[in-house]
Amino acid sequence: MSKEKKFFSKLLSGLSKTRYTVTSRVEELLKLSGSINDELYDELEEILITSDLGVKSTTEIIDKLKSKVKEEKINNPSEVKDVLKGIICDILEESENKPYVKFPMIILVVGVNGVGKTTTIGKLASKFKNEGKKVLLAAGDTFRAAAIDQLSIWGNDIGVDVIKQHEGSDPAAVIYDAMQAAKSRKVDVLICDTAGRLHNKKNLMDELKKINRIIEREYPDSFKETLLVLDAATGQNAVNQAREFKEACDITGIVLTKLDGTAKGGIVVAIKEELGMPIKYIGVGEGIDDLQEFDPSSFVEALFGDVK
Amino acid sequence: MAFESLTNKLQETFKKLKGKGKLNEKDVKSAMREVKLALLEADVNYKVVKEFVSKVSERAIGSEVMESLTPGQQVIKIVNEELVSLMGNDESGINFSKTPPTKILLVGLQGAGKTTMAGKLGQYLSKQGKKPLLAACDVYRPAAIKQLQVVASQLKLPSFTMGDKNDPVDIARASVSYAVKNNNDVVIIDTAGRLQIDQDMMNEIVNIKDAVEPEEILLVVDSMTGQDAVNVAEAFNEKLDITGVILTKLDGDSRGGAALSVRSVTGKPIKFAGVGEKLTDIEVFHPDRMASRILGMGDVLSLIEKAQETIDEKKALELSKKMIKQEFTFDDFLDQMNQVKKMGSLNDLMAMIPGIDKSMLKDVKIDDKEIAHIEAIIKSMTKEERKNPLLLKNGSRKKRIALGSGTKIQEVNKVIKQFEEGQKMMKQFSGMMKKPGKGKLKLPFSWK
Repeated sequence: MSKEKKFFSKLLSGLSKTRYTVTSRVEELLKLSGSINDELYDELEEILITSDLGVKSTTEIIDKLKSKVKEEKINNPSEVKDVLKGIICDILEESENKPYVKFPMIILVVGVNGVGKTTTIGKLASKFKNEGKKVLLAAGDTFRAAAIDQLSIWGNDIGVDVIKQHEGSDPAAVIYDAMQAAKSRKVDVLICDTAGRLHNKKNLMDELKKINRIIEREYPDSFKETLLVLDAATGQNAVNQAREFKEACDITGIVLTKLDGTAKGGIVVAIKEELGMPIKYIGVGEGIDDLQEFDPSSFVEALFGDVK
Repeated sequence: MAFESLTNKLQETFKKLKGKGKLNEKDVKSAMREVKLALLEADVNYKVVKEFVSKVSERAIGSEVMESLTPGQQVIKIVNEELVSLMGNDESGINFSKTPPTKILLVGLQGAGKTTMAGKLGQYLSKQGKKPLLAACDVYRPAAIKQLQVVASQLKLPSFTMGDKNDPVDIARASVSYAVKNNNDVVIIDTAGRLQIDQDMMNEIVNIKDAVEPEEILLVVDSMTGQDAVNVAEAFNEKLDITGVILTKLDGDSRGGAALSVRSVTGKPIKFAGVGEKLTDIEVFHPDRMASRILGMGDVLSLIEKAQETIDEKKALELSKKMIKQEFTFDDFLDQMNQVKKMGSLNDLMAMIPGIDKSMLKDVKIDDKEIAHIEAIIKSMTKEERKNPLLLKNGSRKKRIALGSGTKIQEVNKVIKQFEEGQKMMKQFSGMMKKPGKGKLKLPFSWK
């Protein structure tokens, strides 16, 4: 199976019964009603809300849809959905989404607890290694029990080194060491793990700021990427997460994980709109190759359950 | 922020809904629109919101507006009551088996916080005199077993592991026999995170359930979960008939609407909450507190509560009668102030009133200390003076009052002036209030 096919089939298998019923109701409406009516708009609104786009974004998008339908004199209800998809795609595509890569590169991976940072790092490391790059990992989560072991197991499986200290040590020191090692070993990609932290804990966010400062100071000639990992199942709180993490360490992109479940991750649309933060990768499983570059149009198709 | 604009919108709604006796359909509809938005913003599932709103609207229409509340506040009061009753009124703990060990199975999606919660729950139960054993059945995630071992040793609790090469069903079964042998009266079984649509993994967890017959099957849910919470909860409950829910990461700033979604689709109680990074950060879940967090109208709710508690309905009625007859005296002034005082800090209170713009309050600094002075001054007046403020035109009376209250004549003058302003306001009010006691906040304390 080609990589693309595999991604689609993963997304397809992730579509819930609920999703099917919701979309088929829309299809029905599209077929039955000869005109574009409020009921159709309500159904579309429901799809967006239940995909976690949030009230504000949903309202704005539906308003935009209505005026576009009017402007372009669209009479055929079956075209409405495509217009809607186009609007969301435009939001997501607005700026350059493709991962822009230059080496040597340092990737700092941050996020709240349990979103899949360490797993994402394993997948990223494997991806770069397969591309023939020399990869090094830094075990910057010195807080959670056995987080260092978890990263070490990934490192071992993939065949990349892990710079680590003991649990409870200063994460900034671990990352400092890793940068020195990366420089002397001429590593192409250094990926730094960090402990999960809730964005409303000031001391933990300050710790992250410190780590960020050290990276900028000690490794200024590297290409720096700071990835915020978001769980696709997260609701409106993800906007707060994105805002606070952006403030602490200047996020350059989002990794949206666990898209192989029934959650649609629609909150990234709101985040893109509000904070202009691009989505770079999506996680679609627990396997080492279950990381994909983000593609707005397949994401939007999946949002509506229209995976072909 | 979204939340602030929501509060503002609500206040707009409140402004429109003033001074009516019974809640009519229009009142309820417009207030419910805001409630619906509030719940959706809090991540309560769309369908759950729809059902809830229509049910509550039915109850609200035609209900009497309480003496001390505006119709908008009355709607919120009803909404909150229904939310609390939906969340469950009581706290609920662990059901222990009569024949130990009690088996507690923790299940949920990846990253919900099961392993950490296994430790926290173990800590909580050992503090209650139990001897819990932590069993590591997550053989998939790298170092998950090690994580549970580390957590257990930090808490000085025993753990049971068989490595990651064994079937989780066998590990679970063996952990129970191990507990029996070692006199552990509780076994907390940590399992791998799994998607509810992963058939193989869901079958595995059913097999674990069948093998150990746990007294408690607790679904661990991240409190930041969005709309998908219903799908997850429905599927786990259908497969496993869970006995309860644990909400994690509640120390974040999410409104936690997932709690309501999960509760509403499963009907199972939320038993515990994870509230911090430390292994002692676990709390018995309080449904009523969660209701107001989800609704996000804590300020309005506490005003309603305070108003209900402290405003003496009879006195309010008497006062409004006096207001109409325009017989407002210093005694009433004092009385009114005492009632207001009971409600707590005035500035806080003012800020809580829907419809009051916070920027307006900048000029109306009400000093609680000042209130004490006013009280002293009024108490230093004779009965006659209090009834007939005109007597206070006399300078020597003022001097006596200042001496008696330990204040200065200027302050006495100020109080008299404030009183007169209050009287003026009363007159205006009485014009407005043809029918006394219909849903107005009868506290004219806006002195400058």
